[in-house]
Amino acid sequence: MRHGDGGAGGRLLSAKMRTYGFIVSFLLVPLILYVVFVISPYAQAFYISLTNWRGISANPQYIGFENFGRLLDDDVFWAAVRHHGLLLLAMPLITIAIALFFSFLLNVGGGSKGGAMRGVRGSGFYRVVYFFPQVLAVAVVGVLFQAIYRPDGTGVLNGLLSTVGLGPVGWLITPDLALWSIMGVVVWQSVGFYVVLFSAGMSAIPKDVFEAAALDGAGRFRLFFGITLPLIWDTIQVGWVYLGIAAFDCFALVQVLSVDRGGPDNATTVLPLEIWRTAFTFSKFGYASAMGVALFFLTITFAALSLRVTRRERIEF
Amino acid sequence: MSNSAGTPREITRRQMLRRIGLTALVAGPAASFLSACATGGGSSAASPTAAASGGATSAANPFGVKADAALEVVIFKGGLGDSYATDVHEPLYKKEFPKATVKHVATQQIAQTLQPRFASGDVPDFIANSGSDLMDNGALQSEGQLLDLTPLFDAPSIDDPSKKVRDTLIPGTVESGLIADKPYILNYVFTGYGLWYNSKLFQEKGWTAPKTFDEFKTLCDTIKKAGITPYAYAGKNASYYQYWMILITAAKAGGNQVLIDIDNLADGAWNNDAVKQSAAAWAEIGKFMDKSYEGLIHTEVQTRQNQDKIALYPSGAWLENEQKSNTPASFEYAVTPTPSLTSADKLPFEAIRAVAGEPYIIPAKGKNTAGALEYARIMLSKEGAKGFIEKSGSLTVVIGSADGLNLAPGLKSTADAQKAAGANIVTYSSFENWYKELETELRKQTNSLMFGRISAEEFCANMQKKADAVKADSSITKQNRTV
Repeated sequence: MRHGDGGAGGRLLSAKMRTYGFIVSFLLVPLILYVVFVISPYAQAFYISLTNWRGISANPQYIGFENFGRLLDDDVFWAAVRHHGLLLLAMPLITIAIALFFSFLLNVGGGSKGGAMRGVRGSGFYRVVYFFPQVLAVAVVGVLFQAIYRPDGTGVLNGLLSTVGLGPVGWLITPDLALWSIMGVVVWQSVGFYVVLFSAGMSAIPKDVFEAAALDGAGRFRLFFGITLPLIWDTIQVGWVYLGIAAFDCFALVQVLSVDRGGPDNATTVLPLEIWRTAFTFSKFGYASAMGVALFFLTITFAALSLRVTRRERIEF
Repeated sequence: MSNSAGTPREITRRQMLRRIGLTALVAGPAASFLSACATGGGSSAASPTAAASGGATSAANPFGVKADAALEVVIFKGGLGDSYATDVHEPLYKKEFPKATVKHVATQQIAQTLQPRFASGDVPDFIANSGSDLMDNGALQSEGQLLDLTPLFDAPSIDDPSKKVRDTLIPGTVESGLIADKPYILNYVFTGYGLWYNSKLFQEKGWTAPKTFDEFKTLCDTIKKAGITPYAYAGKNASYYQYWMILITAAKAGGNQVLIDIDNLADGAWNNDAVKQSAAAWAEIGKFMDKSYEGLIHTEVQTRQNQDKIALYPSGAWLENEQKSNTPASFEYAVTPTPSLTSADKLPFEAIRAVAGEPYIIPAKGKNTAGALEYARIMLSKEGAKGFIEKSGSLTVVIGSADGLNLAPGLKSTADAQKAAGANIVTYSSFENWYKELETELRKQTNSLMFGRISAEEFCANMQKKADAVKADSSITKQNRTV
């Protein structure tokens, strides 16, 4: 049945169907892929979290909310949640602050020349250099920082410190320092991306706004806080949500860099790592799924909250 | 109809796109079949009695292997390599069954590779379930996924058909693979554990391996003065090397029952005096380590030992083979048993931890279980075992399989230590496989103890707390051992 458009009456209908069928069939492809590969695993994880599935049998046993009750007294789980809290507070703040500073210098920091605002000398070059870390796969970054953070004198950082006479620092073996060291890697890797993002936001601001302010005698400091920041607030907000969601991950870096995967003494563990360990080492897929569900709600809550809290009136220009 | 009669029409771009769209409509549901449900799909699993498809049994073919049945062997490619399988065991199998194809899979991530295959029912026939990402044998057994190896151990030996396979193995081998009183695991490698050192360096400096912890501390002082780190292990990924030493010392002081109680989650097993004294003694040795070793991995520490920057290193007998490419001519491995705590120790200084290790398993739902059993019988023949020793540099559980071989110094030292120990063997620890959560906690607490963040009392209390939690956790299947 190649062309089912039969009589004159059906012609109009079939033309409509053809149009909509065309649109619908295209929308269906991504939708089906999304349902199959995103929604359905989520739904399965919710179901598995209510079972005691150990990853092997075909028929997991339903145990209600027992896994979630267990989470409440799990010290390691709460340690991981606390670390996400710290990452959530500090990592976006540090990354965005550094990225804003750099992108301001790259776009506006050079002052006004010939009637247009410009970046510092060589800003095109810096823009590319800042983006380098973003290009590296996270596993490569992990291996790279193993050498940088190595705790004895053969580590890059400790080698540098020893040239100025400072003793080796246990970047990843000091419980109070380890998570910050890992956070440093995340910041190092993500800054470049946000420099580019914020640069795009800044270049969208009409130059005459800056010029007018500059003519009125505003310094760089005033330009930044009075004009740049409010006008790219939307972009910053998006960056904040991205970074916040990234703060709920950090699996690969913690797995590669930390002592004993999440140590020392649980000092660096994060939820994805615990989920992985609970599922694949302890063979407790049900309990691991419960952690996954908890992580899902943490992430959703964060995204919803931060979008609401940071909402501002949009400035049209 | 009118528009399609006669001349073939050119397909317009729009029609083309529409057809692609329709194809996607069809492909969509197919994709959902592919992804299936993670937990579903069990219904189509192969029948557990796959061996029934085999050929007739005979004296030479006790399991009735079908001559042309394919065999899939999955080998953990770690410290032992996998050439023992590709160059020795698989060719031996091929020689016996020339018509069979042998598929060899080498991986370092057993669980990630095989867990989905177990869930879907498409399992390989023979697995070296080793490495840091091995599968939980207890969980596999409780799901009926493992084949009972009793027929293997009761089958006639290839070298001497009048003997059963179990009688050609070092005592304790079959027992080490028991789950719920049945042998499901073939532990093939015979491994001695102890403190490793460079015998040439010790000779040159006039140092002797310590027999007691007092001597150990004195020696550490001497070594430290010579500008060498006396003792170290890798905290980043190999803290279990250190907890073995703590457990060995505890077993030497209090007898093997200490370790059996720990495995059985007996009340107060970790608060036993022997464990406390051992932890305290090792924490003293820990003070001679550099803090930075907590952040290094085993190969980094082992290489530093090869450079004579570290004197003594705790490990098992695979060490020499693992470090082969890094060991200079001035370095000759030798092993010494862990020192005694006091003269009241239940086991003598010569006692070593020597266990049958490297678990090999046969999935019950494999397509060629008979072939897998025969493959295991070939491994347990003298020829198979000798080939393994030559390729992997490790001893096997087959009695006399090292005889007549020209062994490397470290391996010879292990064989000597094993001979000196005689019947004084420190037993294996089953909790490492039975209760992964307890094992993970022990790694953590061992680092805390050895790098001076907690005391021996806290170490014991923390471990006891975790053991009690595991015992109280109804979702964990409890196991028991008497020997």
